[in-house]
Amino acid sequence: MTEEDIRAVFINELVKIAPDLDAQDIGEDERLQDDLGLDSMDILNLVAALHKAFGVSIPEPDYPKIATTRLAVSYLQEMQA
Amino acid sequence: MSKSDESIRMAPSPSRALQSDADPWADTRGMIGAPGGVINIAHEAVDRHVENGHGADQALRFLGKNGSRQVFTYSDLSEASAKFANILVSHGLEPGDAVFSLLGRGPDVYIAALGTLKAGLVFTPLFSAFGPEPIRTRMEIGNAKVLITTLQLYRRKIAKWRSEIPTLKLVLITGDVAPDDCLSLDQQMAGSSSKFTTARTGPEDPALVHFTSGTTGKPKGVVHVHNAVLYHGFSGKVALDLTPGTIFWCTADPGWVTGTSYGIIAPLVNRVTIIVDEAEFDLDRWYGIVENEQVEVWYSAPTAIRLMMRAGAEAAKPYDLSSLRFLASVGEPLNPEAVTWSEEVFGQPFHDNWWQSETGGIMIANCPGAQVKPGSMGKPMPGIQAGIMEHEGDRLRELADGEIGELALKPGWPSMMRAYLHEQARYDKCFKDGWYLSGDLTTRDQDGYFWFVGRADDLIKTSGHLVGPFEVESALLEHEAVAEAGVIGLPDETAGEIVKAYVTLNPGFTPDEDLERDIRGHTRKRLGPAVAPREVIFRNTLPKTRSGKIMRRLLKARELGLPEGDISTLETDET
Repeated sequence: MTEEDIRAVFINELVKIAPDLDAQDIGEDERLQDDLGLDSMDILNLVAALHKAFGVSIPEPDYPKIATTRLAVSYLQEMQA
Repeated sequence: MSKSDESIRMAPSPSRALQSDADPWADTRGMIGAPGGVINIAHEAVDRHVENGHGADQALRFLGKNGSRQVFTYSDLSEASAKFANILVSHGLEPGDAVFSLLGRGPDVYIAALGTLKAGLVFTPLFSAFGPEPIRTRMEIGNAKVLITTLQLYRRKIAKWRSEIPTLKLVLITGDVAPDDCLSLDQQMAGSSSKFTTARTGPEDPALVHFTSGTTGKPKGVVHVHNAVLYHGFSGKVALDLTPGTIFWCTADPGWVTGTSYGIIAPLVNRVTIIVDEAEFDLDRWYGIVENEQVEVWYSAPTAIRLMMRAGAEAAKPYDLSSLRFLASVGEPLNPEAVTWSEEVFGQPFHDNWWQSETGGIMIANCPGAQVKPGSMGKPMPGIQAGIMEHEGDRLRELADGEIGELALKPGWPSMMRAYLHEQARYDKCFKDGWYLSGDLTTRDQDGYFWFVGRADDLIKTSGHLVGPFEVESALLEHEAVAEAGVIGLPDETAGEIVKAYVTLNPGFTPDEDLERDIRGHTRKRLGPAVAPREVIFRNTLPKTRSGKIMRRLLKARELGLPEGDISTLETDET
């Protein structure tokens, strides 16, 4: 998967969980919880969705590594490599 | 609207909350100063310690998301809250007026709460993750005169409708930048005196209003008085082992009652050092804080504890957590596995306790030193009389050990609510035969331990927050596609319960994934993620009674495969 593909899938999963967000408006460096308003249950649901989409299981201590779209895309890329 | 309608004052008749034969709480008065008969929470929490020579003791350690660390002494809090009180008075606000905060964890909420109480005004904290709708409803019911919030929250959630709240006189924005119709808190504080004579509040003067959800109708504003400080101090000491100098971390959000009673008042009255962490749950950060700050007493919630469990005992290994001397949990029942797990990882169990916005303080607890039965909420606190009741017409019948009924408490303790704002009838309904009825179903074992069974009504407990289905259904019905809505809570291993909605659609709308997302998006915008449904299910019809009421109980029983119970009132069934 290219970086662009990963980003597209990530954003798609994110707006499925938080459909109050507009996919076009999500900034690369906006923090999911502080800036985009997700709560901790949303993050758990997102982790489960990413597991399904990428086959990557993200352990609890790594949650800060998916705190923004930019961080998450690079983390997922690394995990897939 | 006249002044007396807007400010929060008590009815002249003696409150039901005070009906008891003797005052078993007289001894707790020794814990406070009450100079000249004045009982003021801010004085007892802060100024009293300064007067007694403890001004240099650490009151707060604030840990910023960015890694910053800021210490406030009791003198610092005393001066900052005096400045805040002066700001309120200089804007013509008077005792009884309502001050609302919409803030995350940080020093500002402490300064605002204590300054408000010092000036004799009434403080209401709101949860900053609420969407605009719950914020507005609560500010309307509470006749908000003042709001203190951040620039970001103001722009996102308040600015659009601010002018439609007629009572609102003053909006303070934290930091030094504020929109035209608001004032900067930093600038106001800079120009304000740090000397203030505390309002001469009496024990029964209103101090706090906490909002809690109802099954039907609007949220209820639970009124607490300054005398509550007696019970905050007492229960902090007895149930949480708070003693002068204890390093205490209450992880509750300041927007909920725990964040005030045990995040602000109880610890300060007991002269402890409070840890305030700005960030949301983050496992490594949390363990790191316990180690670095040498946290001794930790008061958290089942959702957070279950998140720690998910990460496993291994995640805690790199940290030295030996400073911890007492662990407690509140918000929803703590499952036995979490108690056992914490014994393995921390060398001691999390001690569950039980209370509500209405009770103002911990009522039933696994106190320090007592044997913990995993899964039980513990035993009634000293001075608290609890019973399990069955309703028999207009009367109550007390049940024996082992039977399931509604948990009831004999009113009379100082932090019991005194009213629901503007809702005498709803308040009266909470009392029967001299008991306060909690709405929680429980049972008591032969050793006197209480065990939570469920809610007697349709309220949903999710991540420690009480969510009223009516508020969620109302937001769903505002969506153009939704004709009817029923909202229930379903068991969830992390959050306790999650909010799930069942809807029928108006003609012309097709039930598909896009519409499901659109409806959820709409409710998240209105209500915020903590309250909005995580899932929306489409139905052709919903089960209803003859009077047209949606039978949430039946939706839930079917979802869980439980017996449907009495369905004699069912008129239209679900399809």
